[in-house]
Amino acid sequence: MNIYQEELLDHYENPSNYGTLPNPDISHQEDNPLCGDQIRIDLLIEDNIITEVRFCGHGCTISLAAASMLTEKIEGKSLDEVKQISKDDILDMIGIPLGPVRLKCALLALKVLKAGAYGITSWPGEEDE
Amino acid sequence: MHTAHFRPLDVESIRKDFPIFATEPPLAFLDNAASTQTPRPVVEAMDAYYDTYRSNIHRGIYRISEEATEQYERAREKVAELINAPRSRQIIFTRNTTESINLIAYSWGTENIREGDEIVLTVMEHHSNLVPWQLLAQRTGAVLRFLEITDEGLLDFTQLQDVFTEKTKLVAMGHVSNVLGTINPIQSVIDAAHAVGAKVVVDAAQSVPHFHVDVQQLDCDFLAFSGHKMCGPTGIGVLYGKLDILEEMPPFLGGGSMIRSVERDVSSYAELPAKFEAGTPSIAEAIGLGHAVDYITQANLAAIHVHEQELLKYAHNRLQEIEGITLYGPSAPHQKAGVISFNIDGVHPHDVAGILDTHGVAIRAGHHCAQPLMKWLDVIATVRASFYLYNTIEDVDRLSEGLCRTQKLMTRRKQ
Repeated sequence: MNIYQEELLDHYENPSNYGTLPNPDISHQEDNPLCGDQIRIDLLIEDNIITEVRFCGHGCTISLAAASMLTEKIEGKSLDEVKQISKDDILDMIGIPLGPVRLKCALLALKVLKAGAYGITSWPGEEDE
Repeated sequence: MHTAHFRPLDVESIRKDFPIFATEPPLAFLDNAASTQTPRPVVEAMDAYYDTYRSNIHRGIYRISEEATEQYERAREKVAELINAPRSRQIIFTRNTTESINLIAYSWGTENIREGDEIVLTVMEHHSNLVPWQLLAQRTGAVLRFLEITDEGLLDFTQLQDVFTEKTKLVAMGHVSNVLGTINPIQSVIDAAHAVGAKVVVDAAQSVPHFHVDVQQLDCDFLAFSGHKMCGPTGIGVLYGKLDILEEMPPFLGGGSMIRSVERDVSSYAELPAKFEAGTPSIAEAIGLGHAVDYITQANLAAIHVHEQELLKYAHNRLQEIEGITLYGPSAPHQKAGVISFNIDGVHPHDVAGILDTHGVAIRAGHHCAQPLMKWLDVIATVRASFYLYNTIEDVDRLSEGLCRTQKLMTRRKQ
């Protein structure tokens, strides 16, 4: 069994919500200095609900597929619900075991989202450390 | 690099010394420029220290401490012989190449570099031979200058005359690029640097493990390398320096072992090499390094170099067949050590490494601690395969087959 499952490759090749928004309420971008991956997320918010989301950037399969999956998950959700999304939720979405280096790839999009929306700057899963 | 007579490597019997290759199929370990595997004789030598004469060195008045001291100093002699250092006290044990270079930058650099002096580097330096000089320049007001490279990844010689001036006080340069594999013509650089009165530091982390390096022939002022890239353990590195320079340098770290006598306010310092080896050193690791030197010397460095050249030529041919591949660095294998850096069009280097890992092939993907070179190449990262004495043609075949599968998997719907 390859770690590069069909679902991940599909998201990598045809990512959902790829692009930017012209007048986003929130726009945030970060790099993963370890491998140079870069992700930006734009959000439109109405009554505390994420009505539209786009992401763009470059990176490996894991980081871009995770970003694509995350944007699907958060559209239409409230900011309070989105704040609850955890490292484990992302790992469940990815569905394959990841070593510590690739873990950062998977979590980059969530980190960007939480930094942009809530000003949380730590890596997901390391908030209490 | 030598033309001396030697027996070709008996790779099959060499591999039996490395338990990590005992699996079926064996691990294809192609990340040797980062760190090499450790043969049994090296591990056994360190075990013997821990099991039979574990003690601190130098001041013990009992048998096993004398034995430990003798083995530690024997390792120093073996390293001196390996690089043809005139005296073993010119060999300083450090943690690694990085610490060796920092030692020079702090001790020699702070004493000898003044505002406006120029330190010459190349754009292909590993961060370990760049950041210590940046820090020194920031402390002293010295200026860093860079030798550029050609499109082929070779040192551009046409600039030597412009860059080397009477302001040049130090040239610090990698013998072999850890990314491109380029074997730099350091002899010419050393001669040109000496002609303007500059000292030369050679980062030999990627050369000493792979071919014969002679510090007297090169006439370099300093040379640094790491044990863990030459079948030795981690935590032990080497700094070689010319005797008169080392003797004039102030200590780097202060503490035990490096003193002659200590008063309340001042101390006088020990002779070389103790002056630069404050505190209890990595004793087991130094002994292990001594045995690693024995191991690669018995295998024969000239034979190792020829073996790696064969693997490199074969890899160049196989990898060029892969669709969308770009190879970086010199195209002629004889200008290179056993390092091959590349990218596959449209595939992130981490994905290449991730997929190869599932096929039992260990390679490195990233910036290889050479971000200025990545910028020069205009890439975020590269994939790098690097060879050592235990690698085989089958390892290269598995790399090449894994890359073909990666290329097909990752670009299947884009065509």
